[in-house]
Amino acid sequence: MLNQSTVGVGQKPRAWDRLSISTKQIVWAWTFLAVPILFFSVVRFYPTAEAFYLSLTDWDFLRPASFIGLENYRTLLADPLFWQVFRNTFTYLLIGTPISIVLSFVIAYYLDRIEFGHAFIRALYFLPFLTTAAAMAWVWRWFYQPPPIGIINSLLGMFGLPAQPFLRSVDQGLPAIMATAIWAGLGFQIIIFLAGLRAIPATYHEAARVDGLGEFAILRKITLPLLKPTTIFLVVFSSIGFLRIFDQVYNMTSNDPGGPLNTTKPLVLMIYQTAFSSYQMGYASAQTVVLFLILFAISMGQLWILRSR
Amino acid sequence: MTTAPASIVTAATKYRFRPGLIVAWTLLFIGGIIMVTPLIFMFSTSLKSAGQIYDLRLIPASPTLDNYIRVLSDGRFVRWFLNSSLIAVVVTVSCLFFDSLVAYTLAKFNFAGRKVIFLAILSTLMIPTEMLVIPWYLMSSKLGWLDSYWGIMFPGMMTAFGVFLMRQFFETVPNDFLEAARVDGLNEFQIWWKIAMPLVTPALSALAIFTFLGNWTAFFWPLIVTTDKDLYTLPVGLSSFAVEQSIQWEMIMTGAAIATIPTLLIFLFFQRYIVRGVMLGGVKG
Repeated sequence: MLNQSTVGVGQKPRAWDRLSISTKQIVWAWTFLAVPILFFSVVRFYPTAEAFYLSLTDWDFLRPASFIGLENYRTLLADPLFWQVFRNTFTYLLIGTPISIVLSFVIAYYLDRIEFGHAFIRALYFLPFLTTAAAMAWVWRWFYQPPPIGIINSLLGMFGLPAQPFLRSVDQGLPAIMATAIWAGLGFQIIIFLAGLRAIPATYHEAARVDGLGEFAILRKITLPLLKPTTIFLVVFSSIGFLRIFDQVYNMTSNDPGGPLNTTKPLVLMIYQTAFSSYQMGYASAQTVVLFLILFAISMGQLWILRSR
Repeated sequence: MTTAPASIVTAATKYRFRPGLIVAWTLLFIGGIIMVTPLIFMFSTSLKSAGQIYDLRLIPASPTLDNYIRVLSDGRFVRWFLNSSLIAVVVTVSCLFFDSLVAYTLAKFNFAGRKVIFLAILSTLMIPTEMLVIPWYLMSSKLGWLDSYWGIMFPGMMTAFGVFLMRQFFETVPNDFLEAARVDGLNEFQIWWKIAMPLVTPALSALAIFTFLGNWTAFFWPLIVTTDKDLYTLPVGLSSFAVEQSIQWEMIMTGAAIATIPTLLIFLFFQRYIVRGVMLGGVKG
Protein backbone atom coordinates (compact mmCIF):
# COMPACT_ATOMS: atom_id res chain seq x y z
CA MET A 1 0.00 0.00 0.00
CA LEU A 2 2.81 2.35 0.88
CA ASN A 3 4.33 1.80 -2.57
CA GLN A 4 1.13 2.70 -4.26
CA SER A 5 0.89 5.94 -2.38
CA THR A 6 4.48 7.02 -3.08
CA VAL A 7 4.02 6.26 -6.76
CA GLY A 8 0.83 8.31 -6.69
CA VAL A 9 2.46 11.30 -5.04
CA GLY A 10 5.33 11.10 -7.53
CA GLN A 11 2.94 11.29 -10.43
CA LYS A 12 0.80 13.95 -8.84
CA PRO A 13 1.85 16.97 -10.94
CA ARG A 14 1.18 15.47 -14.36
CA ALA A 15 -0.88 12.33 -13.99
CA TRP A 16 -3.05 13.20 -10.97
CA ASP A 17 -6.19 13.73 -13.03
CA ARG A 18 -5.78 10.42 -14.78
CA LEU A 19 -5.86 8.46 -11.49
CA SER A 20 -9.04 6.62 -10.59
CA ILE A 21 -11.12 7.97 -7.73
CA SER A 22 -10.22 5.09 -5.45
CA THR A 23 -6.51 5.56 -6.09
CA LYS A 24 -6.83 9.26 -5.34
CA GLN A 25 -8.57 8.33 -2.10
CA ILE A 26 -5.65 6.12 -1.13
CA VAL A 27 -3.20 8.93 -1.82
CA TRP A 28 -5.26 11.38 0.22
CA ALA A 29 -5.64 8.93 3.09
CA TRP A 30 -1.90 8.33 3.44
CA THR A 31 -1.21 12.04 3.06
CA PHE A 32 -3.56 12.77 5.96
CA LEU A 33 -2.07 9.98 8.02
CA ALA A 34 1.61 10.67 7.36
CA VAL A 35 2.27 13.12 10.21
CA PRO A 36 0.10 11.26 12.76
CA ILE A 37 1.77 7.94 11.94
CA LEU A 38 5.16 9.55 12.43
CA PHE A 39 3.95 11.09 15.68
CA PHE A 40 2.53 7.89 17.15
CA SER A 41 5.65 5.96 16.11
CA VAL A 42 8.07 8.41 17.69
CA VAL A 43 6.07 9.44 20.78
CA ARG A 44 4.21 6.23 21.61
CA PHE A 45 5.51 3.06 19.96
CA TYR A 46 9.25 3.59 20.06
CA PRO A 47 9.19 4.82 23.71
CA THR A 48 7.09 1.79 24.70
CA ALA A 49 9.68 -0.57 23.23
CA GLU A 50 12.46 1.50 24.76
CA ALA A 51 10.86 1.30 28.23
CA PHE A 52 10.87 -2.50 28.01
CA TYR A 53 14.50 -2.49 26.88
CA LEU A 54 15.63 -0.01 29.55
CA SER A 55 14.04 -2.20 32.22
CA LEU A 56 16.71 -4.77 31.33
CA THR A 57 19.60 -2.36 31.77
CA ASP A 58 21.62 -0.68 34.48
CA TRP A 59 21.56 2.99 33.61
CA ASP A 60 22.21 6.11 35.68
CA PHE A 61 21.65 8.57 32.81
CA LEU A 62 25.32 9.64 32.77
CA ARG A 63 27.11 6.53 31.57
CA PRO A 64 25.74 4.40 28.71
CA ALA A 65 23.15 1.80 29.68
CA SER A 66 24.52 -1.70 30.22
CA PHE A 67 22.39 -4.77 29.62
CA ILE A 68 21.85 -6.79 32.80
CA GLY A 69 18.96 -9.08 31.86
CA LEU A 70 16.31 -9.52 34.51
CA GLU A 71 18.50 -8.21 37.34
CA ASN A 72 16.24 -5.15 37.94
CA TYR A 73 13.22 -7.37 38.36
CA ARG A 74 15.11 -9.59 40.79
CA THR A 75 16.17 -6.56 42.81
CA LEU A 76 12.63 -5.25 42.75
CA LEU A 77 11.10 -8.47 44.02
CA ALA A 78 13.63 -8.57 46.85
CA ASP A 79 13.12 -4.91 47.76
CA PRO A 80 10.98 -4.54 50.92
CA LEU A 81 10.13 -0.96 49.88
CA PHE A 82 8.62 -2.27 46.65
CA TRP A 83 6.36 -4.64 48.56
CA GLN A 84 5.28 -1.89 50.91
CA VAL A 85 4.54 0.38 47.94
CA PHE A 86 2.71 -2.48 46.24
CA ARG A 87 0.57 -2.96 49.36
CA ASN A 88 -0.10 0.81 49.58
CA THR A 89 -1.11 1.00 45.92
CA PHE A 90 -3.55 -1.87 46.25
CA THR A 91 -4.92 -0.41 49.46
CA TYR A 92 -5.77 2.78 47.55
CA LEU A 93 -7.34 0.67 44.82
CA LEU A 94 -9.17 -1.99 46.82
CA ILE A 95 -10.63 0.37 49.39
CA GLY A 96 -10.98 3.52 47.29
CA THR A 97 -12.78 1.90 44.35
CA PRO A 98 -15.64 0.18 46.25
CA ILE A 99 -16.25 3.24 48.43
CA SER A 100 -16.38 5.60 45.47
CA ILE A 101 -18.55 3.25 43.37
CA VAL A 102 -21.11 2.68 46.14
CA LEU A 103 -21.21 6.37 47.11
CA SER A 104 -21.58 7.57 43.54
CA PHE A 105 -24.25 4.99 42.74
CA VAL A 106 -26.37 5.87 45.79
CA ILE A 107 -26.09 9.57 45.01
CA ALA A 108 -26.89 9.07 41.32
CA TYR A 109 -29.80 6.74 42.13
CA TYR A 110 -31.55 9.37 44.23
CA LEU A 111 -30.41 12.33 42.15
CA ASP A 112 -32.06 10.68 39.13
CA ARG A 113 -35.46 10.92 40.87
CA ILE A 114 -35.15 14.55 41.77
CA GLU A 115 -36.54 17.17 39.46
CA PHE A 116 -36.41 20.26 41.62
CA GLY A 117 -32.92 21.75 41.55
CA HIS A 118 -31.55 18.67 39.74
CA ALA A 119 -28.97 20.55 37.65
CA PHE A 120 -27.84 22.65 40.60
CA ILE A 121 -27.28 19.72 42.96
CA ARG A 122 -25.60 17.76 40.18
CA ALA A 123 -23.27 20.70 39.63
CA LEU A 124 -22.34 20.74 43.34
CA TYR A 125 -21.21 17.13 43.12
CA PHE A 126 -19.50 17.55 39.77
CA LEU A 127 -17.46 20.70 40.52
CA PRO A 128 -14.62 18.97 42.44
CA PHE A 129 -13.93 16.82 39.36
CA LEU A 130 -12.89 19.93 37.43
CA THR A 131 -10.38 21.16 39.96
CA THR A 132 -6.61 20.81 39.74
CA ALA A 133 -5.54 17.87 41.91
CA ALA A 134 -2.27 19.58 42.87
CA ALA A 135 -4.16 22.67 44.09
CA MET A 136 -6.86 20.78 45.98
CA ALA A 137 -4.25 18.57 47.64
CA TRP A 138 -3.04 21.69 49.44
CA VAL A 139 -6.55 22.66 50.52
CA TRP A 140 -7.07 19.20 51.99
CA ARG A 141 -3.63 19.26 53.54
CA TRP A 142 -4.66 22.44 55.31
CA PHE A 143 -7.91 20.81 56.47
CA TYR A 144 -5.91 17.98 58.03
CA GLN A 145 -3.54 20.22 60.01
CA PRO A 146 -3.41 19.90 63.80
CA PRO A 147 -5.61 22.33 65.79
CA PRO A 148 -6.11 25.25 65.71
CA ILE A 149 -5.16 25.50 62.01
CA GLY A 150 -6.92 22.46 60.58
CA ILE A 151 -10.66 22.73 60.13
CA ILE A 152 -11.40 19.06 60.70
CA ASN A 153 -9.55 19.03 63.99
CA SER A 154 -11.22 22.28 65.03
CA LEU A 155 -14.60 20.68 64.35
CA LEU A 156 -13.64 17.57 66.32
CA GLY A 157 -12.61 19.87 69.17
CA MET A 158 -15.97 21.62 69.11
CA PHE A 159 -17.68 18.27 69.69
CA GLY A 160 -15.23 17.45 72.45
CA LEU A 161 -13.45 14.76 70.41
CA PRO A 162 -9.67 14.30 70.53
CA ALA A 163 -7.56 15.82 67.75
CA GLN A 164 -6.35 13.39 65.10
CA PRO A 165 -2.87 13.37 63.52
CA PHE A 166 -4.15 12.54 59.97
CA LEU A 167 -1.26 13.07 57.53
CA ARG A 168 1.33 12.74 60.31
CA SER A 169 0.21 9.27 61.25
CA VAL A 170 1.32 5.98 59.72
CA ASP A 171 -2.24 4.66 60.06
CA GLN A 172 -4.31 7.67 59.01
CA GLY A 173 -2.09 9.13 56.30
CA LEU A 174 -3.17 6.83 53.50
CA PRO A 175 -6.94 7.01 54.20
CA ALA A 176 -6.67 10.80 54.52
CA ILE A 177 -5.10 11.05 51.06
CA MET A 178 -7.51 8.49 49.63
CA ALA A 179 -10.46 10.59 50.82
CA THR A 180 -9.13 13.48 48.71
CA ALA A 181 -8.91 11.27 45.65
CA ILE A 182 -12.42 9.85 46.19
CA TRP A 183 -13.76 13.38 46.61
CA ALA A 184 -12.17 14.52 43.35
CA GLY A 185 -13.41 11.58 41.28
CA LEU A 186 -16.94 11.23 42.67
CA GLY A 187 -18.60 13.79 40.37
CA PHE A 188 -17.46 12.03 37.21
CA GLN A 189 -18.78 8.67 38.41
CA ILE A 190 -22.11 10.21 39.41
CA ILE A 191 -22.55 11.72 35.93
CA ILE A 192 -21.77 8.39 34.27
CA PHE A 193 -24.18 6.52 36.55
CA LEU A 194 -26.84 9.16 35.84
CA ALA A 195 -26.35 8.64 32.10
CA GLY A 196 -26.69 4.90 32.63
CA LEU A 197 -29.86 5.31 34.70
CA ARG A 198 -31.38 7.67 32.15
CA ALA A 199 -30.74 5.14 29.40
CA ILE A 200 -33.02 2.59 31.07
CA PRO A 201 -36.44 2.94 29.39
CA ALA A 202 -39.14 4.16 31.78
CA THR A 203 -41.47 1.43 30.49
CA TYR A 204 -39.35 -1.22 32.25
CA HIS A 205 -40.05 0.42 35.59
CA GLU A 206 -43.73 0.87 34.85
CA ALA A 207 -44.14 -2.72 33.78
CA ALA A 208 -42.40 -3.89 36.94
CA ARG A 209 -44.61 -1.65 39.05
CA VAL A 210 -47.74 -2.91 37.36
CA ASP A 211 -46.54 -6.40 38.20
CA GLY A 212 -46.43 -5.26 41.82
CA LEU A 213 -42.66 -5.15 42.33
CA GLY A 214 -41.46 -2.87 45.14
CA GLU A 215 -38.75 -0.25 44.67
CA PHE A 216 -36.05 -2.48 46.12
CA ALA A 217 -37.01 -5.41 43.90
CA ILE A 218 -36.94 -3.12 40.84
CA LEU A 219 -33.48 -1.91 41.85
CA ARG A 220 -32.18 -5.44 42.33
CA LYS A 221 -33.85 -7.15 39.38
CA ILE A 222 -33.93 -4.44 36.72
CA THR A 223 -31.78 -1.40 37.46
CA LEU A 224 -28.60 -3.09 38.69
CA PRO A 225 -28.43 -5.79 35.97
CA LEU A 226 -29.02 -3.19 33.25
CA LEU A 227 -26.31 -0.98 34.74
CA LYS A 228 -23.72 -3.74 34.70
CA PRO A 229 -21.72 -2.39 31.70
CA THR A 230 -21.67 1.10 33.24
CA THR A 231 -20.57 -0.30 36.58
CA ILE A 232 -17.80 -2.38 35.04
CA PHE A 233 -16.54 0.62 33.12
CA LEU A 234 -16.49 2.72 36.29
CA VAL A 235 -14.80 0.02 38.37
CA VAL A 236 -12.04 -0.24 35.77
CA PHE A 237 -11.78 3.53 35.33
CA SER A 238 -11.63 4.13 39.06
CA SER A 239 -9.16 1.27 39.64
CA ILE A 240 -6.82 2.68 37.01
CA GLY A 241 -7.11 6.10 38.64
CA PHE A 242 -6.17 4.79 42.08
CA LEU A 243 -3.40 2.66 40.61
CA ARG A 244 -1.85 5.78 39.08
CA ILE A 245 -2.40 8.07 42.06
CA PHE A 246 0.43 10.60 42.32
CA ASP A 247 -0.54 14.31 42.38
CA GLN A 248 -2.34 14.15 45.73
CA VAL A 249 0.33 12.09 47.48
CA TYR A 250 3.21 14.17 46.15
CA ASN A 251 1.60 17.44 47.26
CA MET A 252 0.13 16.30 50.57
CA THR A 253 3.40 14.78 51.79
CA SER A 254 5.88 17.07 50.04
CA ASN A 255 8.14 17.41 53.10
CA ASP A 256 8.71 13.62 53.00
CA PRO A 257 7.10 12.35 49.78
CA GLY A 258 5.17 9.16 50.44
CA GLY A 259 5.70 9.45 54.18
CA PRO A 260 5.46 9.10 57.07
CA LEU A 261 7.76 6.04 56.78
CA ASN A 262 6.60 5.34 53.18
CA THR A 263 3.13 4.40 54.43
CA THR A 264 1.36 6.53 51.82
CA LYS A 265 3.76 5.95 48.92
CA PRO A 266 2.12 4.60 45.74
CA LEU A 267 3.93 2.93 42.85
CA VAL A 268 4.04 6.02 40.63
CA LEU A 269 5.72 8.06 43.36
CA MET A 270 8.31 5.29 43.79
CA ILE A 271 8.89 5.36 40.01
CA TYR A 272 9.30 9.15 40.11
CA GLN A 273 11.81 9.03 42.95
CA THR A 274 13.79 6.11 41.50
CA ALA A 275 14.02 7.80 38.11
CA PHE A 276 14.31 11.49 38.90
CA SER A 277 15.76 11.65 42.42
CA SER A 278 18.11 8.63 42.34
CA TYR A 279 18.55 8.54 38.54
CA GLN A 280 18.30 4.73 38.51
CA MET A 281 16.61 4.83 35.12
CA GLY A 282 16.82 1.09 34.40
CA TYR A 283 15.41 0.15 37.78
CA ALA A 284 12.63 2.75 37.43
CA SER A 285 11.77 1.37 33.97
CA ALA A 286 11.33 -2.08 35.47
CA GLN A 287 8.87 -0.53 37.95
CA THR A 288 6.94 1.09 35.09
CA VAL A 289 6.72 -2.30 33.37
CA VAL A 290 5.20 -3.73 36.55
CA LEU A 291 2.67 -0.88 36.56
CA PHE A 292 1.88 -1.64 32.93
CA LEU A 293 1.37 -5.35 33.66
CA ILE A 294 -1.09 -4.56 36.47
CA LEU A 295 -3.03 -2.16 34.22
CA PHE A 296 -2.99 -4.71 31.43
CA ALA A 297 -4.37 -7.39 33.73
CA ILE A 298 -7.20 -5.09 34.85
CA SER A 299 -8.12 -4.20 31.24
CA MET A 300 -8.08 -7.85 30.22
CA GLY A 301 -10.28 -8.64 33.19
CA GLN A 302 -12.76 -6.04 31.98
CA LEU A 303 -12.84 -7.52 28.49
CA TRP A 304 -13.24 -11.02 29.91
CA ILE A 305 -16.17 -10.01 32.14
CA LEU A 306 -17.87 -8.11 29.31
CA ARG A 307 -17.47 -11.05 26.95
CA SER A 308 -18.76 -13.71 29.34
CA ARG A 309 -21.89 -11.67 29.90
CA MET B 1 -44.28 1.06 50.88
CA THR B 2 -47.64 0.27 49.32
CA THR B 3 -47.97 -0.09 45.60
CA ALA B 4 -49.83 2.72 43.89
CA PRO B 5 -52.62 1.86 41.48
CA ALA B 6 -51.26 1.52 38.00
CA SER B 7 -53.63 4.20 36.75
CA ILE B 8 -51.63 7.09 38.25
CA VAL B 9 -48.40 5.94 36.63
CA THR B 10 -48.26 8.00 33.47
CA ALA B 11 -45.83 7.54 30.65
CA ALA B 12 -44.14 10.82 31.51
CA THR B 13 -43.19 9.93 35.08
CA LYS B 14 -40.59 7.28 35.59
CA TYR B 15 -40.97 7.41 39.33
CA ARG B 16 -43.86 8.12 41.64
CA PHE B 17 -43.78 11.02 44.02
CA ARG B 18 -43.08 9.85 47.52
CA PRO B 19 -42.55 11.74 50.79
CA GLY B 20 -39.25 9.88 50.99
CA LEU B 21 -38.06 12.05 48.12
CA ILE B 22 -38.06 15.12 50.35
CA VAL B 23 -35.72 13.36 52.75
CA ALA B 24 -33.58 12.25 49.81
CA TRP B 25 -33.53 15.77 48.41
CA THR B 26 -32.42 17.23 51.74
CA LEU B 27 -29.67 14.64 52.19
CA LEU B 28 -28.45 15.11 48.61
CA PHE B 29 -28.38 18.85 49.11
CA ILE B 30 -26.36 18.58 52.31
CA GLY B 31 -24.00 16.13 50.58
CA GLY B 32 -23.60 18.56 47.69
CA ILE B 33 -22.72 21.38 50.05
CA ILE B 34 -20.13 19.15 51.73
CA MET B 35 -18.65 18.42 48.29
CA VAL B 36 -18.02 22.10 47.60
CA THR B 37 -16.90 22.94 51.15
CA PRO B 38 -13.18 22.66 50.27
CA LEU B 39 -13.71 25.13 47.43
CA ILE B 40 -15.67 27.51 49.63
CA PHE B 41 -13.03 27.45 52.37
CA MET B 42 -10.28 27.92 49.81
CA PHE B 43 -11.89 31.09 48.46
CA SER B 44 -12.90 32.34 51.89
CA THR B 45 -9.39 31.92 53.30
CA SER B 46 -7.82 33.52 50.25
CA LEU B 47 -9.74 36.69 51.25
CA LYS B 48 -8.52 36.65 54.87
CA SER B 49 -5.43 38.27 56.32
CA ALA B 50 -2.82 36.07 58.01
CA GLY B 51 -4.20 36.90 61.46
CA GLN B 52 -7.68 35.67 60.61
CA ILE B 53 -7.01 32.20 59.28
CA TYR B 54 -7.71 30.50 62.60
CA ASP B 55 -11.13 32.10 62.48
CA LEU B 56 -13.24 29.52 60.71
CA ARG B 57 -16.03 31.90 59.72
CA LEU B 58 -17.06 31.35 56.12
CA ILE B 59 -17.46 35.00 55.32
CA PRO B 60 -14.26 36.78 56.33
CA ALA B 61 -14.70 39.45 59.04
CA SER B 62 -12.84 41.97 56.90
CA PRO B 63 -12.38 40.56 53.39
CA THR B 64 -9.29 41.76 51.58
CA LEU B 65 -7.72 41.20 48.17
CA ASP B 66 -4.24 41.74 49.65
CA ASN B 67 -3.27 38.10 49.21
CA TYR B 68 -4.15 38.20 45.52
CA ILE B 69 -2.21 41.43 45.08
CA ARG B 70 0.80 39.96 46.87
CA VAL B 71 0.70 36.70 44.93
CA LEU B 72 0.19 38.35 41.56
CA SER B 73 2.66 41.21 42.06
CA ASP B 74 5.35 38.59 42.60
CA GLY B 75 5.12 38.00 38.83
CA ARG B 76 5.76 34.27 38.94
CA PHE B 77 2.09 33.35 39.17
CA VAL B 78 1.27 35.51 36.17
CA ARG B 79 4.02 33.78 34.27
CA TRP B 80 2.85 30.28 35.29
CA PHE B 81 -0.72 31.21 34.49
CA LEU B 82 0.30 32.34 30.99
CA ASN B 83 2.49 29.23 30.52
CA SER B 84 -0.41 26.95 31.41
CA SER B 85 -2.82 28.88 29.19
CA LEU B 86 -0.47 28.81 26.21
CA ILE B 87 0.27 25.11 26.59
CA ALA B 88 -3.34 24.08 27.11
CA VAL B 89 -4.54 26.14 24.12
CA VAL B 90 -1.85 24.95 21.69
CA VAL B 91 -2.26 21.29 22.67
CA THR B 92 -6.05 21.55 22.42
CA VAL B 93 -5.93 23.10 18.95
CA SER B 94 -3.46 20.48 17.79
CA CYS B 95 -5.58 17.63 19.17
CA LEU B 96 -8.76 18.97 17.58
CA PHE B 97 -7.03 19.22 14.22
CA PHE B 98 -5.04 16.00 14.09
CA ASP B 99 -7.35 13.73 16.08
CA SER B 100 -10.28 14.60 13.83
CA LEU B 101 -8.21 14.39 10.66
CA VAL B 102 -7.06 10.89 11.59
CA ALA B 103 -10.52 9.89 12.80
CA TYR B 104 -12.14 11.16 9.59
CA THR B 105 -9.63 9.34 7.40
CA LEU B 106 -10.17 6.10 9.31
CA ALA B 107 -13.94 6.47 9.20
CA LYS B 108 -14.52 7.61 5.64
CA PHE B 109 -11.69 6.42 3.39
CA ASN B 110 -11.34 2.97 1.89
CA PHE B 111 -7.76 1.81 1.83
CA ALA B 112 -5.90 -1.31 2.76
CA GLY B 113 -4.43 -1.03 6.24
CA ARG B 114 -6.96 1.28 7.81
CA LYS B 115 -8.04 -1.29 10.37
CA VAL B 116 -4.43 -1.97 11.32
CA ILE B 117 -3.75 1.74 11.76
CA PHE B 118 -6.84 2.18 13.89
CA LEU B 119 -6.01 -0.78 16.13
CA ALA B 120 -2.40 0.36 16.42
CA ILE B 121 -3.48 3.83 17.56
CA LEU B 122 -6.08 2.36 19.89
CA SER B 123 -3.52 0.01 21.43
CA THR B 124 -1.51 2.98 22.70
CA LEU B 125 -4.32 3.57 25.20
CA MET B 126 -3.06 0.46 26.99
CA ILE B 127 0.32 2.05 27.69
CA PRO B 128 0.32 4.26 30.80
CA THR B 129 2.05 7.64 30.51
CA GLU B 130 4.22 6.68 33.49
CA MET B 131 5.88 4.02 31.36
CA LEU B 132 6.78 6.52 28.65
CA VAL B 133 8.13 9.39 30.75
CA ILE B 134 11.63 7.93 31.06
CA PRO B 135 12.04 7.47 27.26
CA TRP B 136 10.43 10.90 26.73
CA TYR B 137 12.86 12.43 29.20
CA LEU B 138 15.78 10.77 27.44
CA MET B 139 14.51 11.95 24.05
CA SER B 140 13.95 15.49 25.36
CA SER B 141 17.41 15.70 26.85
CA LYS B 142 19.03 14.47 23.62
CA LEU B 143 17.08 16.92 21.49
CA GLY B 144 17.34 19.86 23.89
CA TRP B 145 13.64 19.92 24.71
CA LEU B 146 14.05 19.92 28.50
CA ASP B 147 12.85 23.21 29.96
CA SER B 148 10.96 24.28 26.85
CA TYR B 149 7.29 24.71 26.00
CA TRP B 150 7.63 22.14 23.25
CA GLY B 151 9.07 19.66 25.75
CA ILE B 152 5.98 20.03 27.93
CA MET B 153 3.57 19.88 25.00
CA PHE B 154 4.89 17.29 22.57
CA PRO B 155 3.54 14.09 24.21
CA GLY B 156 -0.03 15.38 24.06
CA MET B 157 -0.19 16.85 20.57
CA MET B 158 -2.34 13.94 19.38
CA THR B 159 -4.31 11.50 21.48
CA ALA B 160 -5.65 8.03 20.79
CA PHE B 161 -8.68 8.88 22.92
CA GLY B 162 -9.53 11.80 20.61
CA VAL B 163 -9.18 9.64 17.50
CA PHE B 164 -11.40 7.00 19.07
CA LEU B 165 -14.05 9.52 20.15
CA MET B 166 -14.14 11.47 16.88
CA ARG B 167 -14.18 8.38 14.66
CA GLN B 168 -17.53 7.33 16.11
CA PHE B 169 -19.00 10.68 15.20
CA PHE B 170 -17.54 10.87 11.71
CA GLU B 171 -19.05 7.47 11.02
CA THR B 172 -22.50 9.01 11.49
CA VAL B 173 -21.85 11.64 8.77
CA PRO B 174 -23.82 10.56 5.66
CA ASN B 175 -21.63 9.61 2.70
CA ASP B 176 -24.06 11.42 0.37
CA PHE B 177 -22.96 14.77 1.80
CA LEU B 178 -19.33 14.01 1.10
CA GLU B 179 -20.12 12.65 -2.36
CA ALA B 180 -22.10 15.79 -3.24
CA ALA B 181 -19.17 17.96 -2.20
CA ARG B 182 -16.84 15.79 -4.31
CA VAL B 183 -19.09 16.35 -7.33
CA ASP B 184 -18.97 20.07 -6.60
CA GLY B 185 -15.21 19.86 -7.07
CA LEU B 186 -14.01 20.23 -3.48
CA ASN B 187 -10.80 18.35 -2.74
CA GLU B 188 -10.66 15.83 0.09
CA PHE B 189 -9.12 18.26 2.56
CA GLN B 190 -11.84 20.81 1.88
CA ILE B 191 -14.54 18.15 2.20
CA TRP B 192 -13.22 17.23 5.63
CA TRP B 193 -12.74 20.81 6.78
CA LYS B 194 -15.84 22.45 5.29
CA ILE B 195 -18.41 19.64 5.21
CA ALA B 196 -17.57 16.96 7.76
CA MET B 197 -16.12 19.08 10.61
CA PRO B 198 -19.17 21.35 11.04
CA LEU B 199 -21.33 18.25 11.38
CA VAL B 200 -19.46 16.98 14.43
CA THR B 201 -19.17 20.19 16.45
CA PRO B 202 -20.78 18.72 19.60
CA ALA B 203 -18.09 16.05 19.71
CA LEU B 204 -15.41 18.63 18.91
CA SER B 205 -16.51 20.84 21.79
CA ALA B 206 -16.47 17.88 24.15
CA LEU B 207 -12.97 16.93 22.99
CA ALA B 208 -11.81 20.54 23.30
CA ILE B 209 -13.03 20.82 26.90
CA PHE B 210 -11.50 17.46 27.90
CA THR B 211 -8.18 18.26 26.32
CA PHE B 212 -8.00 21.76 27.75
CA LEU B 213 -8.87 20.65 31.29
CA GLY B 214 -6.53 17.67 31.09
CA ASN B 215 -3.63 19.86 30.12
CA TRP B 216 -4.51 22.67 32.50
CA THR B 217 -4.45 20.28 35.47
CA ALA B 218 -1.56 18.09 34.24
CA PHE B 219 1.15 17.64 36.85
CA PHE B 220 3.34 14.57 36.36
CA TRP B 221 5.08 15.23 33.03
CA PRO B 222 5.45 19.03 33.46
CA LEU B 223 7.01 18.34 36.89
CA ILE B 224 9.56 16.03 35.26
CA VAL B 225 10.45 18.01 32.15
CA THR B 226 10.89 21.44 33.76
CA THR B 227 13.45 22.61 36.31
CA ASP B 228 13.49 26.26 35.20
CA LYS B 229 10.89 28.06 37.34
CA ASP B 230 10.04 30.38 34.44
CA LEU B 231 8.70 27.41 32.50
CA TYR B 232 6.63 25.83 35.25
CA THR B 233 2.96 25.28 34.55
CA LEU B 234 0.49 26.56 37.13
CA PRO B 235 0.08 23.25 39.05
CA VAL B 236 3.85 22.68 39.24
CA GLY B 237 4.46 26.33 40.13
CA LEU B 238 1.77 26.23 42.80
CA SER B 239 3.32 23.10 44.28
CA SER B 240 6.76 24.74 44.58
CA PHE B 241 5.20 27.98 45.83
CA ALA B 242 3.24 26.14 48.53
CA VAL B 243 6.37 24.34 49.73
CA GLU B 244 8.21 27.61 50.08
CA GLN B 245 5.29 29.36 51.86
CA SER B 246 5.14 26.43 54.31
CA ILE B 247 2.66 27.68 56.94
CA GLN B 248 1.23 30.77 55.28
CA TRP B 249 -1.98 29.00 54.43
CA GLU B 250 -3.80 32.13 53.25
CA MET B 251 -1.14 32.56 50.56
CA ILE B 252 -1.32 28.91 49.54
CA MET B 253 -5.13 29.12 49.34
CA THR B 254 -4.82 32.19 47.15
CA GLY B 255 -2.51 30.31 44.79
CA ALA B 256 -4.85 27.33 44.74
CA ALA B 257 -7.79 29.65 44.03
CA ILE B 258 -5.96 31.21 41.08
CA ALA B 259 -5.37 27.74 39.65
CA THR B 260 -9.02 26.80 40.17
CA ILE B 261 -10.85 29.91 38.96
CA PRO B 262 -10.34 29.28 35.20
CA THR B 263 -11.76 25.75 35.38
CA LEU B 264 -14.76 27.00 37.37
CA LEU B 265 -15.36 29.73 34.79
CA ILE B 266 -15.19 27.15 32.00
CA PHE B 267 -17.73 25.09 33.91
CA LEU B 268 -20.07 28.06 34.36
CA PHE B 269 -20.00 28.91 30.67
CA PHE B 270 -20.00 25.41 29.19
CA GLN B 271 -21.84 23.41 31.85
CA ARG B 272 -24.16 21.70 29.40
CA TYR B 273 -21.38 20.77 26.99
CA ILE B 274 -19.23 19.46 29.80
CA VAL B 275 -21.88 17.23 31.35
CA ARG B 276 -22.90 15.94 27.94
CA GLY B 277 -19.25 15.58 26.95
CA VAL B 278 -18.46 13.49 30.01
CA MET B 279 -21.41 11.27 29.20
CA LEU B 280 -20.25 10.92 25.57
CA GLY B 281 -16.62 10.33 26.43
CA GLY B 282 -17.31 8.23 29.49
CA VAL B 283 -19.93 5.95 28.08
CA LYS B 284 -18.03 5.42 24.87
CA GLY B 285 -14.50 5.60 26.23
